[in-house]
Amino acid sequence: MPEDRIAYHAPVGDEVAHTTCYMCACRCGIKVHLKDGKLRYIEGNRDHPINRGVLCAKGSAGIMSVTSPARLRAPLKRVGPRGAGEFEEIGWDEAMAIATARLAGIRASDPHRLAFFTGRDQSQSLTGHFARMFGTMNFAAHGGFCSVNMAAAGLYSVGGAFWEFGEPDWNHAKLFLLFGVAEDHDSNPIKLGLAKLKERGAKIVSVNPVRTGYSAIADEFVGITPGTDGLFIMALIHCLLAEGAVDTAFLVRYTNAHHLVIDVPGEADHGLFARDAEGAALAFDRKAGALARADATGTDPALLGTFTLPDGRRARPSFALLAERYAAAEYAPEAVEARCGIAATTIRRLAAEIAEIAFRQPVTIEQAWTDTDGRRHETMTGRPVAMHAMRGISAHSNGFHTCRALHVLQMLIGAVDTPGSWRYKSPHPKPIPPGPGPAGRAHDGRGALTGNVLGFPTSPEDLLVDDAGEPLRLDRAFSWEAPLGIHGMMHMAIAEAHAAGRARVDTLFLYMANMAWNSAMNPGETTRMLTDRDADGEYRIPFVIVADAFESETVAYADLVLPDTTYLERYDCISLLDRPIGSAHGPADAIRVPVLKPDRDVRPFQDVLIDLAGRLGLPDFAEAPGKPLYSSYADYMVRHQRKPGVGPLAGFRGADGTVFGRGEPNPEQISRYIANKGFARYDLPLEQLYYKHANRAYLTGAKEMGLIDDDSQIVLNLYSEHLQKFRLAAEGHGAVRPPERLRARVARFMDPLPIWYEPIEQTMTDMKQFPLHAITQRPMSMYHSWGSHNAWLRQIHSENRLYVHRDLAAAQGLEDDDWVEVVSRTGRLKCQIRIMDGVNPHTVWTWNAIGRRSGAVALAQDAPEAVRGFLLNHVISEYLPAGDDGARLSNSDPVTGQAAWFDLTVRLEPCEPETIAETQPRMAPVALTTKGAGQ
Amino acid sequence: MTSLPQSQPGARRLGLVIDLDTCVGCHACAVNCKEWNTEGHHAPLPDYDPHGADPDGVWFNRIHSYEAEGSGGCGKTVNFPRSCLHCENPLCVTVCPTGASYKRAEDGIVLVNTDICIGCKLCSWACPYGAREFDEHDGVMKKCTLCIDRIYNESLPEAEREPACVATCPSRARHFGDLADPESRVSKLVAERGGVDLMAELGYRPTNKYLPPRQTRIETRPVEMPASAPGGLGGALLALVDKVLSR
Repeated sequence: MPEDRIAYHAPVGDEVAHTTCYMCACRCGIKVHLKDGKLRYIEGNRDHPINRGVLCAKGSAGIMSVTSPARLRAPLKRVGPRGAGEFEEIGWDEAMAIATARLAGIRASDPHRLAFFTGRDQSQSLTGHFARMFGTMNFAAHGGFCSVNMAAAGLYSVGGAFWEFGEPDWNHAKLFLLFGVAEDHDSNPIKLGLAKLKERGAKIVSVNPVRTGYSAIADEFVGITPGTDGLFIMALIHCLLAEGAVDTAFLVRYTNAHHLVIDVPGEADHGLFARDAEGAALAFDRKAGALARADATGTDPALLGTFTLPDGRRARPSFALLAERYAAAEYAPEAVEARCGIAATTIRRLAAEIAEIAFRQPVTIEQAWTDTDGRRHETMTGRPVAMHAMRGISAHSNGFHTCRALHVLQMLIGAVDTPGSWRYKSPHPKPIPPGPGPAGRAHDGRGALTGNVLGFPTSPEDLLVDDAGEPLRLDRAFSWEAPLGIHGMMHMAIAEAHAAGRARVDTLFLYMANMAWNSAMNPGETTRMLTDRDADGEYRIPFVIVADAFESETVAYADLVLPDTTYLERYDCISLLDRPIGSAHGPADAIRVPVLKPDRDVRPFQDVLIDLAGRLGLPDFAEAPGKPLYSSYADYMVRHQRKPGVGPLAGFRGADGTVFGRGEPNPEQISRYIANKGFARYDLPLEQLYYKHANRAYLTGAKEMGLIDDDSQIVLNLYSEHLQKFRLAAEGHGAVRPPERLRARVARFMDPLPIWYEPIEQTMTDMKQFPLHAITQRPMSMYHSWGSHNAWLRQIHSENRLYVHRDLAAAQGLEDDDWVEVVSRTGRLKCQIRIMDGVNPHTVWTWNAIGRRSGAVALAQDAPEAVRGFLLNHVISEYLPAGDDGARLSNSDPVTGQAAWFDLTVRLEPCEPETIAETQPRMAPVALTTKGAGQ
Repeated sequence: MTSLPQSQPGARRLGLVIDLDTCVGCHACAVNCKEWNTEGHHAPLPDYDPHGADPDGVWFNRIHSYEAEGSGGCGKTVNFPRSCLHCENPLCVTVCPTGASYKRAEDGIVLVNTDICIGCKLCSWACPYGAREFDEHDGVMKKCTLCIDRIYNESLPEAEREPACVATCPSRARHFGDLADPESRVSKLVAERGGVDLMAELGYRPTNKYLPPRQTRIETRPVEMPASAPGGLGGALLALVDKVLSR
C-alpha cells in the first residue's frame, strides 16, 4: 500500500513581510508569507502589541480580498447617467488632470465648495491636513456615523475615551462591565483581554439587548432595553451614593468635584466655577474655614454645602449638585426598572458588587510615583472595576450623556487610570478638551484654514455658525444642532449637499466611504439625491469623485473613480497624529508596507492625494502648483513635520534613529520600522503606568515626547463647565446665541451633569404604532460590508435574519423562517425571522451590513446577500420629523451630532404565506460596465 | 476495512482542548485553518461558487452557535467549534475499504491518504461528528490533519509548532498537547476544568476534549435599602463626606 507522503518540514513560503492588517479597524500586526511572489499565508505578528500573534477570521481571510474580483482595475470616467454604472477606463494622467482642474477651480473661488468625506480612514492626519491646506471646512471622516459620542464624552470628561483612547486593565480588573459591545472596537484585544479575565476568575458583566458575541461568555448578561443605558448607570450611581460607596479622596485630588459652582440662576456666570482674580477655580477649605484655590494642596475641600463668595453670591461644590441630582427618587432602581427592562434587585446587586470590588478588594501595586503636586506615593492603589463601552451607547441620541454618565461613575469610584480599572491608551490622557476649536472661518495668506478642520469647541464663540446662528458647515457639525460635532457629521453630507444646491457644493470627494449603501442613513434616499437633477438638467450635486479599492455600491454614482490599492499593496502609517496603536504601556505606531505589486492600473489613495496636493500647489505639500514637496506618501511619512521634530511616525527619529517622539526626520526611518517588524513602541517606566492624568513623570515625559503641549495636571471633569457655557448662551447670555427655534433644545441638552432622556426620535414617534426597538450587531467575521466580496468570509455570512424574541414571535403568530415586513415611521422592508431567547423582549435585531445591493462588489445578481440579505438602513432616516416650523433636525445626538441609528423603532407585519421569498426593497442591480480607453 | 494500529506503550495522543467558556464564536480558527491548509498537507481546500448564489467550500473546522437554556429563562449562546476529534476508536478508519483513512500509532492523529482514497464517503457516514470534508473537485475525502505540517515542522520556530487554529485563537480558547501524558498542560486543564468527551456514549473515545462554561460570582454583603427617604442624601454618604479629606 502506498505510504502517505507528508512534507513535515516544508517551509511556509520563501519570503516574509511584516505589515498592518486592514480587514477591520483594529490595526493588528501581521506576518505575511509569500511563495513564488504570491500570497501564501497571513498570520498574527507575535511581537505586535495589539494582537500578540493572534488573528481574527477577517485578518486570516485577507488573502481573498487581495485577489477579489471586485477590485477596481483602472481609473474610470462616467459615460452614462449617474448611477447606471457605465464608465470608460482612462489613464491616471487624464484622471489627475480632471481632478486637478476641478479642485483648482473650486479653490480659486470658494474652497468650501469641496466636500471631502472619508470612511474608516486610518490616514486622517493626512486627509485632514489636505482639507485644511485646501481651505475647506467641509471635511470629516466617518466618526459622526460611528462613535463620536464615545470620543466626545470621554475627551470632555476624562481626557481619554473608550476604545481608541483607553482600555481596561486586563491584568488586574476583578469586575468588568461591558456596555453595548457586540464584537468590534476592538476585536482581538478585547478577546485577548477576556481570556485573561477568565483565567484569573474575574467576573464579566455584559449590558446588551442581545446575548451573542462577548455577551455569550459573560458571567452575567443584563438584557437592557436599547437607549436606556444612561438611566441604568444613573441608578447604579444612585445606589452607590446611598451606600456611601464613593472615593472622595480620589474626587478631590483628581476631579473638579470640589470646585465651587456659582449658584445664581439667571446671571451670566450661573453654573460656572467661581474663580479668583487670576482665574483659578475656588473650593471651600473646611480646615481653614475659608475659600481657597481648588488646586491648593493641604486643604480639606468641602464636597457638600452652600458657601458665600466674596461678592456675596452663593456657590456650591459641583459634587453637591451631582449628589442631589442622582439621589433623587427618579433614579432609584425601582423607578427605572420597567423602562430599562432590568429588575431593581439586579441593579442594586450590581451596585453592591461594584462597591464590594472597588472598596473592599482594591489592588495595590508596590510601585512608588510622584503626583503633579510633588507628593510621593509609595504604592499605586486602584479600584479593580473596569469598564468598556461602545456602539450600543454611542448610536443613540442620548449617547453623549450616557457615555458621560459612565465616566462619572468611574470617577465616583476612583476607577480612572488606576490599577484594575479603565486606563488611558497612549498618547492619552490629553488636556480637556485636547485642542483648540474648529477652523473654518478664516484662511491664512496661503489659502489654508487657520487651524485643524475638526477641533474642540469650549464656548459658543468656537462654533461655526453665521450671524443668524445657522450652520456654516455643510453637515451642520459645530452648529447649535451639534455643538460638539468633533468628528463631523458624514451622514448629513449628501442630504445637505442636495438640499443646499450647486451654489454650496461643487464636488463631493469620497474616500472608502460606501455612502450609497451601508454608510448612508437611508440608501434609497441617498441614491435619489445623488442622481437628482435641477430644472436645467444638471445634477444637483455637480461632481462626485470616489476613491475606493473595490466596486462598492457608491462607485456607480461617481463621475470620476480613483482606484485605490488593497492594504497589502501600499505604504501607510498608523500615526500618533491620528489613532495609533498605543496602549496603557506607552505610545506606539506602525506602518503598512507594500507586500505585493498591484497587477492592475491602481494607485494608493494617499499617494494620489499627495500628488493632487502637489499639482494644486497646496501649502505644506508643494512649493508652487506642480512643484510638489513629496514624491509619495512614504516620503511624506518620513519628511513631513507637523511641528518641529514631530511627524507622522514617532519611532526611530533623529539623525541616528534612536529617538522616540520628538526628533529630526530620519531618512532611514521606514527601513528601521521594517526591521522592527512594522511598528515602533515606547514602553513607559513602571512609575508612569497609572494615574497618568496626575503623574508628574508621565506628563513631563509626554510633553518632551511631543504627545501633549502642557504637562499640568489634567483635572477630570466630573462637572462640565464647557457644556454650561453653551447652555448659558441658550438662556440669553453672551454674544453668540442659538437661534430661537433651538434655544430650548440647547438649554436642555447642554447640561453640565449627565442627563437621561428618551431617545429623541422616539418622542416624535407614535410608540404604539412602532413599539419595537430595532438594532444591529456586528458579526465577528465581517467588518461592515468589507467582507462580502471575500470568498471565505461570505461562506460564513451571506444572508441575515431578523432575530425575534420567542414571546414576541408567539404573540404575533410567527415561526422560524417566516417572512415579515418591518415597518418604521419612514419606510418598510421585508425579511425573514429567526426566533431566539437571548434578546430583550422589546427588541429585534439583525447582523450589520450583510445585505448588499444586487450586482455590487462583483457578486452574482442572485447572491444571497442581495436576495436574502437586508439592511435596516432602509427604514432609517437622517432627519427627524419636521417641527412646527417645517425645519427638519438631523436624527442625531443633540450634543455631538452622532447619527442616532439605534433609536429606530418598528413594528412587524407578518407576510402572507405565498409571499415571494426575497428581501425587499431590492434596488436595481448596480453592475459596472466599462469600456477600455481608445475602444 | 482498515485496522487500527496496535497501541504502543508511551505513545503520544495529540489533540485539542477547546474551552467553551471562552470561545466567542469568532471563526478565527476556522478561517486561519482554511488559509493554512489550503496549501498544506491536504491542499487545496476548494471553494465552490465563491462569488455566486451558493457559496460553499471545504473547511476542516466549522463553528456552530447554539442557544442553550440560560439563567432566568434567558437563552445563552454557546459557540461550538467542530473539527476531527482524532478518536481512539475511529469508525471512520475501520470502515475505510482501501486503507486511505488511517490512525497513526505514534501520535494518534487520524489522516487520509488521498492518493488511495476512492471517494466512497463511507468514512463520513461513519463519523458521528460530521468532521470529514469531501473535496468535490478531486473526488477525495479530506479532514483536519492537526496541522501535521506545522507541529513537527523544523522550519518553524519551536513556539509556532502548533496547529494554526490554536496559534490564531484570539480568546485563547484552544489548546494543543499530549492528552496521553497526565502531566501535560492540556491534561491538567481537562482535569481541573472537568473536560468532557463529545457524545461519549457512542464509544468513539475522542482525543479532543471540551471544557464546559463556568460562572463567576461576586459575593457581597446583604444589600440594604438606603437609610434616608428617597430624594434626600443618604446617611452613609453624609457620613462619608463628613470625613476629613486631604487635597
